[in-house]
Amino acid sequence: MNIVVLVKQVPDSGLARQLDAQLRVDRNGANNVMGELDEYAVEAALQLKEAHGGEVTVLNLGPSQAMETVRKVLAMGADKAVHIEDDAVGGSDALTTSAILAAALGRLEWDLVIAGAESTDSGMGVMPHLLAARTGAPALTGARKIDTDGTAITVEHQRTNGYDVLSANLPAIVSVWDTINTPRYPSLKGIMAAKRKPVETLSLADLGVTEAGPAAAGNEVLSAAERPARTAGQIVTDEGQGGVALAEFLAVEKFI
Amino acid sequence: MTDILVYVPNSGKHAAEVLTLGRSLGDVSAIAFDDASASLAGEYGAAKVYRVDAAGADDYFVDPKATVLIDLARSAAPSCFLLPSTDEGKALAARVAVALENGLLTDVTGLESDGTATQDAFAGGTIVKSKATKGFTLATVKAGSTEPAPAPGSPTVEAVTASVAETDQRVRITERVDEPAGDRPGLAEARVVVSGGRGVGSAEDFALIERMADALGGAVGASRAATDSGFYPHKFQVGQTGTTVSPQLYVAAGISGAIQHRAGMQTSRVIVAVNKDADAPIFGMADLGIVGDLFQVLPQALEEIEKRK
Repeated sequence: MNIVVLVKQVPDSGLARQLDAQLRVDRNGANNVMGELDEYAVEAALQLKEAHGGEVTVLNLGPSQAMETVRKVLAMGADKAVHIEDDAVGGSDALTTSAILAAALGRLEWDLVIAGAESTDSGMGVMPHLLAARTGAPALTGARKIDTDGTAITVEHQRTNGYDVLSANLPAIVSVWDTINTPRYPSLKGIMAAKRKPVETLSLADLGVTEAGPAAAGNEVLSAAERPARTAGQIVTDEGQGGVALAEFLAVEKFI
Repeated sequence: MTDILVYVPNSGKHAAEVLTLGRSLGDVSAIAFDDASASLAGEYGAAKVYRVDAAGADDYFVDPKATVLIDLARSAAPSCFLLPSTDEGKALAARVAVALENGLLTDVTGLESDGTATQDAFAGGTIVKSKATKGFTLATVKAGSTEPAPAPGSPTVEAVTASVAETDQRVRITERVDEPAGDRPGLAEARVVVSGGRGVGSAEDFALIERMADALGGAVGASRAATDSGFYPHKFQVGQTGTTVSPQLYVAAGISGAIQHRAGMQTSRVIVAVNKDADAPIFGMADLGIVGDLFQVLPQALEEIEKRK
């Protein structure tokens, strides 16, 4: 079973993040990491490969520094990578991004595409369905469990108050939440082996995509402002009456 | 006449919020697949209801409803099409965007009549204003963005009959399993959220968090540290990788306030924190911070709340 896993490099959500002067996600800092949920997608792909054979291909769209993330996925155990890198991509919206990724998927042989349920930066959570619309493959999103026999696939689609069991025939597109597994760390051997694994770098011209960037976007960002930081209010040290102080505050605020 | 299309998935509060926001922009035409949704649309001031009868659509994931929505969006040519920001709402909006080559805005928290949308970037740290430049304003609306305001009326009802095409039968829903959270409100929609963190210490002791939530009529949440430790199920996680909440009151008990947690609750109106560590970052954003043992403070607060009721 051949699997393509989608990974995105994002600014570390554990540190301060900002938009740049062009109102795009500032990716120039040194604090870029693999999207948090992407690690679970990679782990899911590797486990399926271990059970069914085949190859795992990493597909990434991003600037040259995103190769760090690609290398990490190769070190975790993916077999090869496709890295789409083109200066014209910056400022593209999700619709254009999906057209570029769909063009890349059109060049690959795959039974399954696995992505994280949403990215850590823009967090739209729409890419698998955009790709489903463009490729015609079924989308089984928000999985907390995946089962496949190599022909059909069944997932548990996580809801806030339960789950739905979804099933479809392969090829299919799946996205996963962090409830699905525990991602592995790259081993030293994996890190060494990753250096020799094939990476194909493609441009938009290679993919036949002619429209990208802000001009092709369906929305325009007009302005951005930092939310004013919250300031600390009243601090009470509990010396036996902390609970009473809490109840009093809730009463004043009319919550009780 | 401004025409606003609104997808009404059910009769819940989130759907009422989206209808209310839509009504502030123009005449709402609601899309309802069942009677409860249709009557909610009437209650919240829709001028028109497309009452869709799509027999069998519920047996399949996303595709059949997407086809109906794409057809209606194409024929109604709205200035604005709103859906709730849920997994389903986003999935449907994505399908509409590709089919109509239209721009797409997700998780909007506000929308002005000139089409300017407000969104929170980086989980609330940055406020962004955007506008559609391709087609109409296609947006999913975040829960808790608008106060739902009823405006009962008698909408025109247009019956729409749709059949499920074979190409829309690709993903079958074979089973629906509900794991009810009891009588508590949903995390994303709750007016009050009481969350526990690593400081709660065990799954058993989360009962105290539940009691506090129940005393305030709120939902229970948990930090990532608490869900990763198995104290409480993952689906109750508040934060970057869990649910983003924006309640009127957020009570954080035994939560230090790692950035990944703060990202999920920093837009709450009032924040109360209880933590043993006076240096916990959560105190930097709390309207009331109690430095103390939550196992002393919460039971005493519960007793006091009971007295005052």
